[in-house]
Order: sequence, then structure tokens, then C-alpha cells
Amino acid sequence: MAASSRAQVLDLYRAMLRESKHFSAYNYRTYAVRRIRDAFRENKNVKDPVEIQALVNKAKRDLGIIRRQNAVKIAPTQRPRGIPTESVRNQQ
Amino acid sequence: MLLRTAWRRAAAAVPVAPGPNSTAPTRGLRLRGTLRALLAATVPAGADLPPWRGDAPEYYTASLFLVDHATQSDVPSATATPPQAESELRPLYMDVQATTPLDPRVLDAMIPYLVNYYGNPHSRTHAYGWESEAAMEHARQQVASLIGADPREIIFTSGATESNNIAIKELESAIQPDTSLVSVMTVNNEIGVKQPIAEIGRICSSRKVYFHTDAAQAVGKIPLDVNDMKIDLMSISGHKIYGPKGVGAIYIRRRPRVRVEALQSGGGQERGMRSGTVPTPLVVGLGAACEVAQQEMEYDHKRISKLAERLTQKIMKSLPDVVMNGDPEHHYPGCINLSFAYVEGESLLMALKDVALSSGSACTSASLEPSYVLRAIGTDEDLAHSSIRFGIGRFTTEEEVDYTVEKCIHHVKRLREMSPLWEMVQDGIDLKSIKWTQH
Repeated sequence: MAASSRAQVLDLYRAMLRESKHFSAYNYRTYAVRRIRDAFRENKNVKDPVEIQALVNKAKRDLGIIRRQNAVKIAPTQRPRGIPTESVRNQQ
Repeated sequence: MLLRTAWRRAAAAVPVAPGPNSTAPTRGLRLRGTLRALLAATVPAGADLPPWRGDAPEYYTASLFLVDHATQSDVPSATATPPQAESELRPLYMDVQATTPLDPRVLDAMIPYLVNYYGNPHSRTHAYGWESEAAMEHARQQVASLIGADPREIIFTSGATESNNIAIKELESAIQPDTSLVSVMTVNNEIGVKQPIAEIGRICSSRKVYFHTDAAQAVGKIPLDVNDMKIDLMSISGHKIYGPKGVGAIYIRRRPRVRVEALQSGGGQERGMRSGTVPTPLVVGLGAACEVAQQEMEYDHKRISKLAERLTQKIMKSLPDVVMNGDPEHHYPGCINLSFAYVEGESLLMALKDVALSSGSACTSASLEPSYVLRAIGTDEDLAHSSIRFGIGRFTTEEEVDYTVEKCIHHVKRLREMSPLWEMVQDGIDLKSIKWTQH
């Protein structure tokens, strides 16, 4: 398989960021966006094509994970009983 | 070319691409076929990994997870609409020492074993058992490689508490001259202090004494090697490292052999040391959490140190009379225990109601006594009552830290305004010189 081109890597980067923004949980969303940015930035100067391909493959697997996790509706739908429904922060 | 994940459009438009894993069981649900095609087109053709590594997407159907009874929306919208879940606000989570959220990568690894590959790993006669056992052994390898152990030295338990009990039980009664076992927490869960494990290990092995450490808060966060540190027994907890609750492991050294007695008897699973069916989904989660922790350890440590520095600097700069409990040099940055003088800890916690915090260990929080840890390090009674523990983890953001700091400063100032002790201190009275009358 030919080594990934710069354009492919950038496409992958954009796709991962796009998918990460769909996480409904704030902490997962911010972590995914931040981690993806930092990981791509850190590996910016890798020259070895074998290593690049390994990194790209891992990124594609992670993209799959993000997509699958977004497909699972993990948002709290049934509020636990006994907890008041008004937003806590608005009481400040 | 990357596809949009709008299910209805995809169902109509996507051509059925040949999936890379044609050996995986097909169950004939129409929507699943569409999903397979959809996701198969995004899995690179070279990635031929066994299905239990979570790469084969066939285990999902969209219909299984369309649970939104409250709002009656029927399609999991992965389009560009903003997520609706956050319309209901919940407190910020700053209590990672109590428990941690699941990392999405861990959940992704677990779901196949909750939904499809649900066999009992001890069933020897069919594929369900074999695949479940293979997953269990893979998870065992993942846990072992995080701590530099051999997979045969890892026994799965229900958590660090059970592991601790197994470790201590038999060895207490073993016949040894003086001590038979030294048991130390690697990273304290209340003040975050790191114990000098390597030194203790060296001393124990030279005196031929067993060394056990409860590494629940340390595994995956600081580098640990059971051979370098001469550890004989180690307790590991799943839910402290972004894994599932209800699972843990105990590391039991094989060379030289450490003998322990089983706590629960039964079918002899886990080499007879812990009977009971091993919960495959949970141990797969634990294994995945350990693998993720190994990869992310350096990055997380750097980030958490930075955030911890930010939190303590901001608080100490804006508030006088704040003490950080625990040795600042040998300290895990993600656990910050601060005592705010002249402010009662519980009232500060109540005031900070939109941040989830704790004042001391969750396992002892029901009692009103000040923490035994703080008492042990010689903290004054009054300061021990005013301590708050801030937990910073992998998913903590800078905004959360800033918000917590701001609220904390605001409420400490407000509570101090109300405090007569603070007034006296401002007037220059030395509180220790006061003779409180007794009624």
C-alpha cells in the first residue's frame, strides 16, 4: 500500500476533528479535539514512511472508535430520581 | 473518501463495500448490513486485526442504542447539529480520586463483549468460550505489560479492595521472625504523595519480607515496574484508571513464588486463587484502560502537571493562609489537597455546589472525623477540617480549572468575611494564645 500523502493525512485530521465535535459529553469532546490536535502536531516532522503509515493506521482506527462512540447515544436521557431538575449553575 | 454519518442518507446512498472481516458472524439485520457497509468503507484495507480488538464494526446496530424515551427522537443524529445533552447542566467533575469516567476507547473495547461475544471464558467446548477466553488473556497481557509483569502473575478480582484482602490475609499468619508483610500505598489518594517504593522494595527484599503495594491511584499514571521496584504483590483498580467499576487485579509474583490464600472458594478459576466466572466485558475494559494508560501516560502527566500548577498558583496568589498538604517534591500532581485556614471544609464544599469535589477520601467520607492521613502528617486539627481535595484527570479542561479556582476564591473570601476567627486574626490576635472558656 502506497504511503499516505500529505493530503490524505490532512483529510484524516479534518475528519477526526469533525467527528470529535459530535461527542455529546463536554469532557470527551474537549479531550478528543485537544488530543487529536496535539498528536498530529507532535508527529508533524516524522519522515519515515513506514512510521507514517503506522501512525495513519492508528489514527484511522481511532476515527472508527470516535464514530462508533458517537453512534451510541450516551447522553443522560433518564434523569436519576431524587435529583432536582433545575440547572444547578443557574442558582448561583 | 470519508462518508457523512447521517444514517438515512447512508442507507440509501452507500454502495456495499467488501468488509475486511468476512469471517465475523453475520446475523441478517438489514440495518446492520448498512452499518457494516458504512463503517467498512472507512476501515483501511490493511487493518486485518482479530475482531475482539474492537476493529470490526459489525457488533453495533443503530437500533440498539436509539434510546431517547424522553424526547422521542428516533435517529441518533451524528450530523452537525449541536449536541443536546448539555442542556441539562451538571456539576464539573473534579473528584477523579474517587472515580474516573470511562475513556471512550475503553467502552469501545468492551461493547462487543456485552452485546455479541458474551460467552463464559471458562467454557471450553465452543467458540463463545474460546473467543471470550482469548479476550480475557489478551486483557491480562495488557495489564501485565503496564507494570512490567508476566501475564501469569495477574489475577483478576472485583477491585483493589478484594486484591488488598487477598494479599494481606494469608501472609499475616505466615511464620516469619518479625514482620511478614509490608503494605504501602503507592500514591496516597488523599494528598497525592508518592511513596519511595523502589527504596522500600529494596529493603524488603534484602530482609526477605513480602512487599505489597496498593497501586490503585498510581497504575497508569506514574511509571511502575514490579521488577525494578521489587514488588511482590500489587493491587490494581479498574475505575481509577478510566476503566469500568467492579473489576481490578492483583499482581502476585511468581519468582520467587509468593503464596496467597484464596478469599472465595468455588470452581477454581484464576489458578484457584479467585474462584468465580471472570467477567469478560469488565476485564477487557480493564485491559483496554491499561493499554490506553500506557500510551497516554507521558502526555497526561505533562498536562496534568501544568493544570495543577495553574490551579495552585492561582489560588495561592489570590488567597492568604492556604496550605498544601503533602510533600511538594514527591507528589503526584493530579491530587491536590489544600487547607484553607479559618474556613470550614464542609461549608466550602457546600458552597462550591457546581463543582464535584471532596474533602478527603471517598471511602471514609461518611464519618465526620478529620482525615487520618492529615492527622498522620501532623496537620493541626483546625486545618485538617478545612481541607479540600482537587482532582485533575485526563479529561479535565483548563476552563474547568479556571472556573473552580474562581469559585473557590470567591467562596473562601465570603466565608472568611463571616468568620469571627478571621476577624480576630486580622486584628492581630494570635489564636493559639486564646484561652477558650469551658461551659
